[in-house]
Formats: sequence, structure tokens, C-alpha cells
Amino acid sequence: MIYREAGDFKTSYRDDSQTFPIRLDRWGYYAILAVAFGIIPFVINDYWANAVLVPFLIYAIAAMGLNILTGYAGQVSLGTGGFMAVGAYAVYKLMTAFPDVSIAIHVLLAGLITAAVGVLFGLPSLRIKGFYLAVATLAAQFFLVWLFNKVPWFYNYSASGQITAPTRTVFDQAVTGPAASAPAKYLVCLVFAFALAWLARNLTRGSLGRKWMAIRDMDIAAEIIGVNPLRAKLSAFAVSSFFVGIAGALLFAVYLGAAEVGEAFGINKSFLVLFMIIIGGLGSIFGSFAGAAFLVLLPVLLKNTLVGTLGWPTDLAAHIELMIVGALIVTFLIVEPHGLARLWRLAKDKLRLWPFPH
Amino acid sequence: MDQFIFGMEVVMNGLMTGVMYALVALGFVLIFKASGVFNYAQGVMALFAALTLVGIQNGQVPFAHLINATFGTSLHHFGWTVPAVLAVALTALVMVLLAFLIEKLVLQHLVGQEPIILFMATIGLAYFLEGLGDVMWGADIKTLNVGLPQGISDGIEEVTATWFGYGFFIDRLDLWATLIAAMLVAALVAFAQYTKQGRAMRAVADDHQAAMSVGISLRFIWVMVWSIAGFVALVAGIMWGTKSGVQFSLSLIALKALPVLMLGGFTSIPGAIVGGLIIGVGEKLFEFTIGPMVGGATENWFAYVLALIFLVFRPQGLFGERIIERV
Repeated sequence: MIYREAGDFKTSYRDDSQTFPIRLDRWGYYAILAVAFGIIPFVINDYWANAVLVPFLIYAIAAMGLNILTGYAGQVSLGTGGFMAVGAYAVYKLMTAFPDVSIAIHVLLAGLITAAVGVLFGLPSLRIKGFYLAVATLAAQFFLVWLFNKVPWFYNYSASGQITAPTRTVFDQAVTGPAASAPAKYLVCLVFAFALAWLARNLTRGSLGRKWMAIRDMDIAAEIIGVNPLRAKLSAFAVSSFFVGIAGALLFAVYLGAAEVGEAFGINKSFLVLFMIIIGGLGSIFGSFAGAAFLVLLPVLLKNTLVGTLGWPTDLAAHIELMIVGALIVTFLIVEPHGLARLWRLAKDKLRLWPFPH
Repeated sequence: MDQFIFGMEVVMNGLMTGVMYALVALGFVLIFKASGVFNYAQGVMALFAALTLVGIQNGQVPFAHLINATFGTSLHHFGWTVPAVLAVALTALVMVLLAFLIEKLVLQHLVGQEPIILFMATIGLAYFLEGLGDVMWGADIKTLNVGLPQGISDGIEEVTATWFGYGFFIDRLDLWATLIAAMLVAALVAFAQYTKQGRAMRAVADDHQAAMSVGISLRFIWVMVWSIAGFVALVAGIMWGTKSGVQFSLSLIALKALPVLMLGGFTSIPGAIVGGLIIGVGEKLFEFTIGPMVGGATENWFAYVLALIFLVFRPQGLFGERIIERV
């Protein structure tokens, strides 16, 4: 049958609690993985890698990170840009200090460093809630950006104050620096995105994820039934910052190549990632990917239409783009406040009954 | 002794800046109290108001850039200038219209949504307004002059020179801003306490459902509150615009107002004012004393860190309502 649980007999608890209980979903998932790993690397060109796929994968990682904190643990954060900057500067310092160690290890270490910083700035969440916490995380945003601007040690005393990624290789293929090829960049980001999505999915349906959700739904009640709020909140900040730090490290090392902290990791980045999870859907891994795809593709499409087709000057197009993005966000919130993930779920529920709805 | 007098001057300037922060924070508090919406667009509203004011004053053609791009014309100005008072009145009218549209098109559809969704909607609104302001009036930096006095205040310099042997440098615009902000606050408090609409506004702030059940129109109150916030934004836009030109950075004052709100409490008008003064003085003093040691430009984050540390000890802010949680 098409798209039914019927006939797909589960004989163990393990089978019963798998992520994709429907056979067609499972096949679709494997098909997407096969295309992503097996076909795209051979056909990808520079434009598609730099304009669409690499930023999509990197922002998807950042969105997953923020979704863990905001969607699963209920702690609104506006400090994502600052934490991405921590990841970027950590990976830069590691790359320049230990050139012989593999870049993959550097990126993971950068994630861990960001996790530590995230826990530090997560400490106030034990006392402050809601909007007050959201604004308090802005302290992290502004303080970190200022720190990386003002302390020359972080940018290795370079005259411009910028950080530039040196060339580093994985399996003799350059993945950072100007020599990096499109497939190499894409594959590095894809491997990280895939591994982290797998991690996020399994963390959020395990005991830790349940604790986060209990804290999100009502922290006092969660405390009464035995969830330790200190551990739950701080672990959410740690895991979330780990993801965001890796995203920041990749954004700088693989995607941008050179970065100036105020421009690349300013408050707008925080809002961008927050929009991704709102539009994608809070508390959903799929939503993180969907939201990232939407907000990476939208400006590209708008720019192509307005500048390419209509031939408007670029500054006017940029302003119109701002209006359209703003209006779309508002429209989206009005029409479907639970995001693309919910639309997807509704579509799947309909599909289960198709073609004989009751 | 010199250090002390310098410090005093810094405190004076901090107080003036604090008043400006308070002015922006006031707009936030009004909307948050009446509709529970945390309006991130307040700063962009100030920018939009200032842009509109300059555009009307100079007789700019709205959407000139867009019209030119579409039809190949080269419009830019009508060729007249509008007196400042009339322009301010017209801009206030535009802000009321904007409030009405926001209520009609956005808020009305989001009644009963979670606060975070409403907050995100206002960020979307901020993006939209920022783009609209640029498309309507152009993105170049403009000077705003509605006849407010500017430059160093000679009187104060002379008086302090005779008292301390050192003349304080204080901008006359800051003095006027303080005066106008004080008047605005007094007027708002009087409005909220003594008029029928003001009472209705406070009733809505207290409990939406109860207010509706005694016959208060929520929609009218919301339009009214957003109009008032638009007017406050206009005043803030005039002050900041006169001081440093009308440009995009004007909308960033919203980010300055957030720590003020945290410190003072989101729901308190006196809190916004006291918080503004504390932040204004605090960041100027910190920059003056500690700033040189750590490389300066501490004003960007000091207010946030101060508010953060403060909140750890008093989570509802200085004057905020006590947070009571039940399971």
C-alpha cells in the first residue's frame, strides 16, 4: 500500500520507536541521503555550493542548535550570533596554533569551547525567565562581539582586525581557504549536518530531551516531578551552543573564508536563525532544515527576480527584499504559527488517509 | 579634584542620554502594558517617523526611487517645503494611520498567540518598516531640523566656570530633550490616570477579558496605544535625528532601550525613566573610568551586562510587578 503503517509489521520495541515508522518515509529518507552523498558532490558547481547548499547546511546546524534551546527546552535566546562568533574565533585560533591537526577535530573542539561559553551565559537562566532571559542573552551577543573586536589576541594581531581561514585539507582535499573546491566544502558541511541531525534527533527523544521538554512546558512542575532544572537548563545551553559553535566555525572556515566579527556575527545573525526556527517550526529537527532552506533560498530567489528579471537597481531591490521578508514573516506567523514542520505533518496525516478520507 | 569635576560632567551627560533612552523605553512599556506585545519595532518606528518628517518637510516625492525604476521617470522633489509644525502634525497623522494598519493587518489576527510569536511578528514588522522607510524616502543620511536649538549651552558653561573654575560642556539640544521628555511623561501619566480612555487603557493592561466584559473595545484601545507609541517614537526620532542625522543607526536605539526595560521592569512607566537614567549615567561613568583600560567602546554591552547582573538578584526588574508562579 502507499504510505500506510499497515502491513509493515514491527516485531521489536526498537523497530516500533524508530524515527520513520512508515516504510515510504524511510525510503524517502534513504533516497535523500543517497542523492545528497552520492550524486550532488559530482554535479555541484561553485554557484550552487556557495549561494545555496553550503549556507543551507551550515544554517541548518545553527537552527538545530537554537531549536534545542528554544524549541525543546523553552529558553529563548537572542545570542546565537555571539555564540557563532565564539565558534569561528575558536576554530581560527586552533587552526593557526596547531596547523598539523585535522580541521575536523578543530571544528569539534570549537564546538566544545562554545558549549563552555554557552553554559556560562546560560547561568542566569536559572533565575530569569521569558522575555527577560531573551534580552539577557543579548548581553552575550554584544559582549562577545565587542570582545573579539577589542582583544587583538583573538585575531592574531592582524592589521585589519579580520580573521582569514588558512588552507587546511581533509584526505588531501582542501576544504578551507581559497583553494577549496565546491564538492569538498559541500561534503564537509554535509557530514557535519548529517551527524549532528542524527545526534539531535536521538538526544531529543531520549531522557535528556524529555527533561528539556518538561522544563519547557512548566519548569516548576518539572522540578516537582524530579527534573533537576539546573542540569536540564545548563545541558540545553551546552548542547545548543555546541551545535551553534560548530555552525559558526564552519560558516567562517568553509563558507566565508574571512570574517569581521561585527558584520558576520552581529545581531542580525541571531534574528536570522531565530526566524529559521520559527518559520521552520519550534521543537522539530525537520523544521530546522525547512526553515534554513526557506530563508537561504528566499533572498536568492528575490534577488534573481528583482535584479535579474525586472532590472531594478540593487539598492532598491535590497530594500524591497527587506519589505518582502518582513511581510512574509508576519504572514507566516498569522497563517501558520507552528511553522513548516506543522504543514508537513498535516500533509502526512492527509496522505495516510488518501485516497479515501473519512 | 579635576577628576571629580570631569566625573560630574560625565554624570550630567549620562543623565541627558538616559532621558533619551527612557523616551524610547516608554514606547515599549506603553505597548507591553496594554497589549502584552513586546514591540521590537519601536526603534524602527522612530526611524520611520523621522524619515517621514524629513521627507514631508523637504517636499520629497514618496516612492520616487521605485517609480523612477519602474517607469523610467526622474522624480525627486515636489519643489516646496513644509513648515516644521505642520510637518510634525502630518507625521503624527501618518503614525496614527500606521497604528491603525498594524492593528488591522497584524495584531487582530494574532490575538491569543504566545508572546514569543507576537514578538517575532514585531521583528518582521521592523524589517518591513525599515524597508518601507527606505523605499519611500531613500536610504541616504538626512539632516533633520525642526528648529530645536543646538550647540553648546553658554549659560551653563559660564555658571559652572564661575563655580568650579571649569565650564561644563552640555548640548542645548540635550537640555531641550530632557524638558520635552519630562513633559511627555507627565502628560502620559496624567492621561493614564485621569481620562476615560486612560482608565480603559489601564483596565486592558490589567485583564483583557475583564476589560472586554465591561464594554471596553480592545481594538480601539490597541489602535490608541500604538498611536501613542508612534507619537513617542516620533518625538524620540526628532531628538535622535536632530542629534546625529536620520539614518539606519537610528533604529538601533531600540537595542539601547531593552536593558533599560529589563532594569526598570517591562510594565512600569517610572521604571522606564529611572532605568534610563541609571543606564545612561552608568555606561558613561563606566566608559569614563574603566573604558580606557579595556580599549573603549564599552557602551555597546555595559548596559546589558549591568541589567543582567541586576536581574539575577531581582528577576522582575526594579519596579516590575512581582512574578508569582503557580503550578
